[in-house]
Amino acid sequence: MASLGELERAVMDLLWAGHEPATANTLRDRLATTTEANGDAAGHEGKELAVTTVLTVLSRLEKKGLVERERGTRPHRYQAVSSREDHTAELMHEVLGSAPDREAVLARFIGSVTDTEAETLRKLLGHI
Amino acid sequence: MFWTSYLLAVLAIVLAWPVPILLSRASWPARSPFTAMLLWQAIALAGGLSMIGAMLVYGLEPIGDNLISGLRGLAGMVLFNAPTTALGFWHLFALSAAALLTAHLVFTLLLTYYKIERQRRRHRELLALLAAPSAAAARTVVISHDSPVAYCLPGGARSVTVLSDGLMAALEPAELRAVLSHENAHLNQRHHLLLWAFAAWRQALPWLPTTRLAQEAVNSLIEMLADDVALKTESKATLIKAIAIVASGPTGGMAGGMAGGMGAGMAGSMAADATPSTHPSLTLDGLEAPTGAVSGSARTTISRVSRLLSPQPQLPAAARGMVLAGCALLLALPTALLIVPGLLG
Repeated sequence: MASLGELERAVMDLLWAGHEPATANTLRDRLATTTEANGDAAGHEGKELAVTTVLTVLSRLEKKGLVERERGTRPHRYQAVSSREDHTAELMHEVLGSAPDREAVLARFIGSVTDTEAETLRKLLGHI
Repeated sequence: MFWTSYLLAVLAIVLAWPVPILLSRASWPARSPFTAMLLWQAIALAGGLSMIGAMLVYGLEPIGDNLISGLRGLAGMVLFNAPTTALGFWHLFALSAAALLTAHLVFTLLLTYYKIERQRRRHRELLALLAAPSAAAARTVVISHDSPVAYCLPGGARSVTVLSDGLMAALEPAELRAVLSHENAHLNQRHHLLLWAFAAWRQALPWLPTTRLAQEAVNSLIEMLADDVALKTESKATLIKAIAIVASGPTGGMAGGMAGGMGAGMAGSMAADATPSTHPSLTLDGLEAPTGAVSGSARTTISRVSRLLSPQPQLPAAARGMVLAGCALLLALPTALLIVPGLLG
C-alpha cells in the first residue's frame, strides 16, 4: 500500500465488492484486514493507515466522479457511482465507438469493420 | 515579388486538391508506407506554408521588394504608426487573412492536443482502477471484457497497451505476440504525434479535401508500418490470423451496415475461390480498391489484409529516392520563394 493510486484501487475494489455505502472508518478497517491478509503489513512501515488518508483517497475518487457520498448522515457514507462492469462498458464503448477524435486518442489493433467484412475475414480464417 | 504570390497560390491549390487525390488513389504507398508517410507530411507542411505565404507576399507587395523588407515595413506600421496609405483594401485583407489562418492553425493544434490529452488522462485513470497488469509483457494491462480488443494509449512514460480477456482467450500465444509487437511499434515509432498533427490539420480546415485524405492515409499507413514490425518476429500467417480473429470478433462488426453494399461483392469473390488448394495464392479480389462510402478504418483493415495476402515488393530504391527528393523539393520550394528574393535583393 505505497501510493495513493494503489489505495484508490483498493478502496474502489472494496466499494464495488461491498454494495453498501461505507464510512471512511469502515473502509480503513477493511483495508487493514486485506493488507494483513496479503502479508503486506510491513509495506506500510508498520504504521496504521490513517482515516485522513482514506478520506483523501475518497475525495480524489469523488473528484474523478467515481464515488459519491450520502450528504444526510454523519460521518459521511461513501459508495461507488456505478458498478465495475458499467465502468468497463463505458471504457470499451469509448474504445470501440466511433467518436471522431478517437483515432487520435488511442490506436486500436483493428479499427471498426462492417458485418460483411467481418464475415469475409471469418471465411478467410477457415483457409489459413 | 508579385509573381511570387501567384506561384505560392498555385502551389497551395495544387497541394490542396489534385495532389492528395492522386496520392490517395495510388497503390504504391502500401508497398513503401514509410516513404508515403514522409510525402504526406511534406504535402501538409508545404500546403500550409504556401497558403499563408501567398497571402502574406501579396499583402506586403506595395511596401517591400521582398518578404523581409515587406515585414520590416509592416512592423513599422504596426509598432511605430508609420503611414499605411500604401496598402490598399485587398492588401490589408490578405494580410489579415494570413494572420488569422496562422493563428487558427496554431490554436487548433494546441486545442486538439489539450482535448486528446484530457481524454487520455481520463482513460488512464479508469484503467488504473479497472485493469490488472499483464503477466505476458511489460507496460501491458488486461481488462475484463468479452470482445477481443487490443489498443495502446500513448503517454510518454505512462504509455500502456491494453488487452481484453476476450482477446487473450481467442488468440494463440504467437498471435498474441504479433498483436503486442504491433502495438509496441505504434508506441516506439511515436505514431501518436502524427495522428495528433493530422487530426488537428483536419479539424482546422475540414472543408479542404487534402486534410481528410491525409488523415485517412496516415491512419492507414501507421497500421501498415506497425504490421511490418510485427512481421519481423512473427509469421505472416500468424498476423493475418490475429487480424481476422480480432476483426471478426463479437463486436468486430460494430460499424455494421455503413458499407454493406461493397462488402457483398467481396464475400462473393471469397466464396468463389475458397478452396483449400488455392491457399498459397489466396487473394481477396475487390478488396484492393474499395471506394465510395466506406469508412476510413474499414478500408484500413481491408488494405492491411490484402497487403499481407498478396505481398508486393518494396518500391525500388530509385523510386523511393525520387519521392524523397520530391518531399525535399516540396518543402524547399515555398521556403525559397519566400526567402530567396530577400537574400538576392
